Amino acid sequence: MPTRTLHVDYLARVEGEGALELRIEDGRLVSTQLRIFEPPRLFEALLRGRAHAEVPDIVARICGICPVAYQMSAVHAIEHAFGHVAEGQLRALRRLIYCGEWIESHALHVSMLHAPDFLGYPDAIHMAREHAEVVRNALALKKAGNELIRVLGGREIHPVNVRPGGFYRVPTRAELNSIAPTLESARDLAVRLVRWVAGFPFPDFERDYEFVALRHPDEYPFNDGRLVSSAGLDIDIADFDRAFEERQVPYSTALHAGIKGRGAYLVGPLARYALNFDRLPPSVQALAREAGLGPVCRNPFRSIIVRAIEIVYACEEALRLIAAYEPPRVAAVPLTPRPAIGFGCTEAPRGICWHRYEFDPDGNVLTARIVPPTSQNQPSMEADLAAVASTALDQPDDVLRERCERSIRNHDPCISCSAHFLRLSVLRP
Amino acid sequence: MDRRPRLAVWKFASCDGCQLSLLDCEDELLAVAEALEIASFPEASSALAAGPYDLSLVEGSITTAHDAERIREVRRQSKHLVTIGACATAGGIQALRNFGATDEMLAAVYPSPQYIETLATSTPIAAHVTVDFELHGCPINKTQLLEVVSAFLAGRRPAIAAHSVCIECKRRGTACVMVQGVPCLGPVTHAGCGALCPAYRRGCYGCYGPMEAPNLPALAQRWQALGATAQRFEQALRSFNAAARGFRMD
Repeated sequence: MPTRTLHVDYLARVEGEGALELRIEDGRLVSTQLRIFEPPRLFEALLRGRAHAEVPDIVARICGICPVAYQMSAVHAIEHAFGHVAEGQLRALRRLIYCGEWIESHALHVSMLHAPDFLGYPDAIHMAREHAEVVRNALALKKAGNELIRVLGGREIHPVNVRPGGFYRVPTRAELNSIAPTLESARDLAVRLVRWVAGFPFPDFERDYEFVALRHPDEYPFNDGRLVSSAGLDIDIADFDRAFEERQVPYSTALHAGIKGRGAYLVGPLARYALNFDRLPPSVQALAREAGLGPVCRNPFRSIIVRAIEIVYACEEALRLIAAYEPPRVAAVPLTPRPAIGFGCTEAPRGICWHRYEFDPDGNVLTARIVPPTSQNQPSMEADLAAVASTALDQPDDVLRERCERSIRNHDPCISCSAHFLRLSVLRP
Repeated sequence: MDRRPRLAVWKFASCDGCQLSLLDCEDELLAVAEALEIASFPEASSALAAGPYDLSLVEGSITTAHDAERIREVRRQSKHLVTIGACATAGGIQALRNFGATDEMLAAVYPSPQYIETLATSTPIAAHVTVDFELHGCPINKTQLLEVVSAFLAGRRPAIAAHSVCIECKRRGTACVMVQGVPCLGPVTHAGCGALCPAYRRGCYGCYGPMEAPNLPALAQRWQALGATAQRFEQALRSFNAAARGFRMD
């Protein structure tokens, strides 16, 4: 029986360690596996016994690319447990630091990790030899996002200023005003980025995803909202376990998530955009239409346009928040610990990042559960992989391998986050 | 033929933040890529060239038998090997398992822990191979990273101070937070961050690891005078550099 196996032993241009394996028998694809071999770091276990105030600093270390997402989900869960809801300018500042993370993370993926796939380069450095201005602009955009995080958080990776109840120190108006001109140029660079990526050659490929994202009554979602899906799910974040399940597969250190009774779903920019298009300002909607997007995009290759659109949105939103900023009277609202369970769910650049903590009477962690975006997307990424591979089975291994890797990079997987969370192996005769 | 020095970047158990610091050198990245050949950097490029390499930057700690083998091969292929960050230099936050029961921790995270292959400890790179320089920080400071890369290319020792965060507060003109009643790990913590936390009105939490010759008992007493118990002091040391010798009370 002719069997062909194709392996990609180490996926490049993704954050973390993963591999792919395809098994092909008699010209038929019989299995696809996205294997995550990123060594587990056991965060949920090592959080037990830690004081609630330490949690945002510890969970930041799950991911160097999206530490703000982990800090945000954690502080909201802690505040939820202790009966506090962030309001006013403290809430606005959290939205603002999140804008910075979307800008730097999306700019990194769009320009330095994903764009080379469409233009046939191994990386942004090689791409810079022929597209120097594009790469320089991308770096400037990324730098603007990082600067926003630095002003609010002290540093771009693992910021030090986020705490339960608010911040350790809030910025002055002058500090925020000083970065407005940088963000104005960043918005212009992002608009040019949208137009540039919209001109890429995209394969004619769509999948019928069930999209899952937060939805807020009047905002494009960052820190709060209800969990909704394109198949009609609409629940409180505390009811996550009623609608979703996590299971372990032997070939991955990342747990797989699914919607009970339906299976794979997709979180991240495509989902957020499809479920919240009406929450984007008219100018951003118009730019999306100019870039060839409707209110829903089911082509994962086109996610690069959606990410670029979200960068424009994040720049505009940041400028709006800065213009409306009045320093709050206190940097943090005091919290009173109590024995309780708290939930937090926020929109990381790669999709919803769900946390649940149980605290003892002194506010120390009894149990912790963290469901990162990439582990939720694993089953959908495998389904994409199968769909992309099955159209290219007659191709030689190197072509097939390249297409498979691209189908994974479409989703900007963050493997470090999900290990508790990828190599391509194609098995064929 | 390309005669530029060859750089490789490696990842072990980590969050990717320290290697991201290289990509975060937005103003210098293209110049760095001209001065040296980025021969292997999987997070940034799918063009991976075989060794040997002139300089290897290693992120992450050793937590699997496979990685313990892999780091030996990296060492064989590298003229200079520099660890970047708290994971590679001290074992990282994941070294908290060294103080507890790893099997029980695995069972707390995974429904089927038997599928997971991991060691009972998280250890720094220097526990496995010879390291030429250790750059501290969780995350590292990108300006220091550029200094280390430049120094190795020039064949000199990196100019990285090993004194405490206190010196950085003084230089920055930040009023001491301990004087204001806030427990701080600054007096025993390695400089490099620029004394960020006190500038944000909180105590240092030790993410750069121990300074040269830290005096833990003296600082523990100061913490007690501020109402922080010995237990809380020890817990504070048990974070991103928990396994570092200079942060252990025993």
